[in-house]
Amino acid sequence: MTPEEEIEFKRRRKGRNTALALVLLFFVALFYAITFVQFG
Amino acid sequence: MSDSAALYLPSDWRDFLALTKPRVMSLAIFTGLAGLLAAPGHIHPVIGFTAVLCIALGAGGAAALNQWWEADIDAAMKRTAGRPIPGGRVRKTDARDFGIALSAASVGIMGVAVNWLAAAILALSIVYYAVVYTIWLKPRTPQNIVIGGGAGAFPPMIGWVAVTGEVTLMPVLLFAIIFFWTPPHFWALALFVQTDYAKVGIPMMPVVKGEASTRRQILGYAILLLPIAGAPWFIGSTGAIYGGAAVLLSLVFVYLAALVASRRAGPGDAMKPEKRLFGFSVLYLFALFAALVADRAILGQGLFA
Repeated sequence: MTPEEEIEFKRRRKGRNTALALVLLFFVALFYAITFVQFG
Repeated sequence: MSDSAALYLPSDWRDFLALTKPRVMSLAIFTGLAGLLAAPGHIHPVIGFTAVLCIALGAGGAAALNQWWEADIDAAMKRTAGRPIPGGRVRKTDARDFGIALSAASVGIMGVAVNWLAAAILALSIVYYAVVYTIWLKPRTPQNIVIGGGAGAFPPMIGWVAVTGEVTLMPVLLFAIIFFWTPPHFWALALFVQTDYAKVGIPMMPVVKGEASTRRQILGYAILLLPIAGAPWFIGSTGAIYGGAAVLLSLVFVYLAALVASRRAGPGDAMKPEKRLFGFSVLYLFALFAALVADRAILGQGLFA
């Protein structure tokens, strides 16, 4: 892997990790809300 | 960067987003939401949001599976050669796993949070699109667009069942409307857009049966659509707002289809009637479903009752 490729590798990995973290956080919030609605 | 480097680098998250065909998904979201808002009964906004989200996730998963299966076909056609898999930005197996994960999550969440009948229809629609249409019938019959239209017809039915929990005549009619709308919509486009489906062995109607037959069938489906679009009003399930809109829109649709059916394109033809029919078909579906929601909101026991 050339240095340029390594920079690109890290940029993409970081982007994916951020996207996945946001998706997971969103589902945590959604399931929290669903739970309250279903038991309300 | 060389091609080999592109293959071992992790895919950009935007390429996974592109696999879900966001523009197709937006139509599923709109019709699914319309079905949900038009259905009798009450659904909590959080549950309603979850139902529409699951419809969108399911549509995205099915789209990813479709691109996994058709990667070699896409690579050979100009319009699709830049998609994530033929473009070398996403591995085929990653797309397959992504599609399965999205599909499974959408069905599971729909079942747990909304109801299992809606989840079952959602699962059926994904299998219908990814397996029955993409894998089985699309490469085998020139009626593939008619069959594919069935996949696009599920969202309003799922939205409706998410509220009511049962399949009655109305959600079936909503399904039938999109089912009969799709062939004239797509074939109008196929008449004026030069595609290379023939090159990759996909039997599209204008290529297999010729232009004249395609034009006749466009009119045939448009005429069939008229009583089906009007049916929710005829059977008394909707009021005059929907009924008036459905009859008016459908008559214009038949008229524009008749113009397309009664002509032949010469060399260097501008294809204006075909483009007008295609443009109107998009407006038709949006206006019809908007009228359905407006009818219920104003005349039914909906938002203002």
